[in-house]
Amino acid sequence: MENRLMMFLVIGTEAIFFLSLIFAFVYFAFEPGYDNHTWQLLNIKSTGIFSVLLFASSFTFWRAEKSYKKGEVKRLKRWLFATIGLGTVFLFGQGREYWSLLHEDLTISKNNFGTSFYTLTGFHGLHVFIGLVILAIVLKLAAAGDFDEPDSSVINTVGIYWHFVDVVWLVVFTVVYVLPGVLL
Amino acid sequence: MGKLHIPEPEEALPGVELEDNQGLLQWISSVDHKQIGIMYLWMALFFMLLGGLGALLMRVQLAVPRNDLLSPEIYNQVFTMHGTTMIFLVATPAILGFSVYLSPLMIGANDMAFPRLNAFSFWIALCGGFLLYFSFLAGGAPDAGWFNYAPLNQRPYSPSPGIDYYCIGLLLAGSGTVATAVNLIVTVLKLRVPSMSLRELPVFVWMVLINSFLILAAFPSLNAALAMLLLDRQLQAHFFDIAGGGSSLLWQHLFWLFGHPEVYILILPAFGILSEVFQVFSRKPIFGYAFIVGSGMAIALLAFGVWIHHMFATGLGITVNGFFSASSLLIGIPTGVKIFSWLGTMWGGSLRFTTAMLFATAFLVEFTIGGLSGVSFAIVPIDWQLTDTYYVVAHLHYVFVGGSLFGLLAGLFYWFPKMSGKIIPEKQGKWFFWLFVIGFNMTFLIQHALGVLGMPRRVYTYPDLPNYTWMNMLSTAGAFIMGFSVLYLGFIIYKSIKSGKKAPDDPWNAYTLEWLTTSPPQLQNFKEVPPVKSFRPLRDLKQDNPNWQLQDDPWKID
Repeated sequence: MENRLMMFLVIGTEAIFFLSLIFAFVYFAFEPGYDNHTWQLLNIKSTGIFSVLLFASSFTFWRAEKSYKKGEVKRLKRWLFATIGLGTVFLFGQGREYWSLLHEDLTISKNNFGTSFYTLTGFHGLHVFIGLVILAIVLKLAAAGDFDEPDSSVINTVGIYWHFVDVVWLVVFTVVYVLPGVLL
Repeated sequence: MGKLHIPEPEEALPGVELEDNQGLLQWISSVDHKQIGIMYLWMALFFMLLGGLGALLMRVQLAVPRNDLLSPEIYNQVFTMHGTTMIFLVATPAILGFSVYLSPLMIGANDMAFPRLNAFSFWIALCGGFLLYFSFLAGGAPDAGWFNYAPLNQRPYSPSPGIDYYCIGLLLAGSGTVATAVNLIVTVLKLRVPSMSLRELPVFVWMVLINSFLILAAFPSLNAALAMLLLDRQLQAHFFDIAGGGSSLLWQHLFWLFGHPEVYILILPAFGILSEVFQVFSRKPIFGYAFIVGSGMAIALLAFGVWIHHMFATGLGITVNGFFSASSLLIGIPTGVKIFSWLGTMWGGSLRFTTAMLFATAFLVEFTIGGLSGVSFAIVPIDWQLTDTYYVVAHLHYVFVGGSLFGLLAGLFYWFPKMSGKIIPEKQGKWFFWLFVIGFNMTFLIQHALGVLGMPRRVYTYPDLPNYTWMNMLSTAGAFIMGFSVLYLGFIIYKSIKSGKKAPDDPWNAYTLEWLTTSPPQLQNFKEVPPVKSFRPLRDLKQDNPNWQLQDDPWKID
């Protein structure tokens, strides 16, 4: 399965990319100029709810793959559609959060918290967006009848990426939203 | 005879429907790993001429004290572009060129696992290179050194858009490199002829495999750092800007977390090339196959535990410095194992000193000099004394040129008949070898002394201190010999391709599968591949067939 191996290598290298961004975020927490006050602007509750929706999209994708393996194309399309919907809602939530933070005057150039916060969450959002584009293509191909036979590794490969994006968010949410409140 | 696995149906390969006489279009539209590999090598040669021009400019400027040929501003741009070009646009593409050309051939495959991705990687890397050079027209090239330290990389210190082009250009080239690494790993792990186990991989392919994992682990740090720097410069973020709460040390951490492994990324495939060259021209299998592969893995792992030795002078404390000093000294062990493996391969062999073998043998000497000066940097007080002097310049050129480039040149002369189907006359090759070796050592050996005397690197001129003038003049003279020899190399390559003698399929009586193909190989590399029983499958085939006709050795060296 060349596709699967390729995707595992891609997410491996992507994981190190995100580790570097997280490293920068954590590094700043120990710099003299760090200001815990800006962290309190984050709305953990609302972001938490949108996070749960993103994690749910991993579940819907898992259902989509199951349906595909059983040859139920109709269900495959339905679960894919649900996955895209949940991902889109998550991005909407992220946009809403950015909007309110910008109104609180927290910009990328405000301080090192803003800098590393927007970069880290922004790059994750970009990965969700890329995932949505890929999922939309898969849905289109499914509608065109390309997945009528359960013998392709495409859906499984896309799944590796989508689950990875969710796992990254689990780590980012923990590091950015939860840990500063617990540790600092 | 094994069955073939063709990654894509032939008609799906662009370029197939084109005739030979369609020239450039046949190359631009190609997804064939051999054509892409050759284009990588042309790219490396092209940028080597540009980077070399920068080097000569610097040496002219430094030929005499208090020279004002180049202004400090221009000098900063020249040394930055020289380093950036040589690392990212010469050494890296040359390494990748050999890797994508040879890996499929050596494992009995007909192309890479993802031929289109392969083409994408090459073109995006080339565009990255052009973007970097476009900065000259856009208001000024990057001028903060190839490792681009903060805060010099920030707008107040470097207001021209050069460093923005540095970020975007290297992001593009780096993405291409990562994609190629993914492609190479999948190719080596999935497309081998079924009878070839991992224990029977040629040493070069092992080094490519290890190297590709190293690329996947190292490049993301650089890409992240470049993205952060771009945000700093374009959106006034504060990653590396101290006044805004950022940290200039963060850049050094991220850069060297990439940068030190990058040094090994540029040497491991050269180690692989040398291992093939030593075997064939000593008529012996590699001495200690498991050791040479295992030490490659050890180097790759240790690569991520030594980056602080670039930062000894930043004051991270005695404990940190002590730890990274020890880990840096450790690197000497697996590298030493390799040197002894190659010496053991030569020992008692029937040696043939072709141009390729000459470069391989000279490598042993030059790289050991670079390795020893490298070990001296692992010792913290010596590092403090010599950091940012010409001793560093001498060291890094002995490992990059004496190490990587000598290995690559050995590979070029070894595989040139296969790639082009033409022969470079040995006499011309040897002229180039001696010119290059003499020029190289004349340029850089003396710089060790300049460094110990205290001459700082990256300063555009120097006062007339005792010994400075003749030493610098000697170095400049050497640089011109090197420059001339590279022009000569371009000339003999051009002449051999244009009007050289036709090369036989297996001119060196070699051991690995690429020599089973025609010279140059057809679009479809193999119709069938013999069963593989060892890491020298072609030799086994010859041994098993007593009637095997060896083609004439066109050099009649034996």
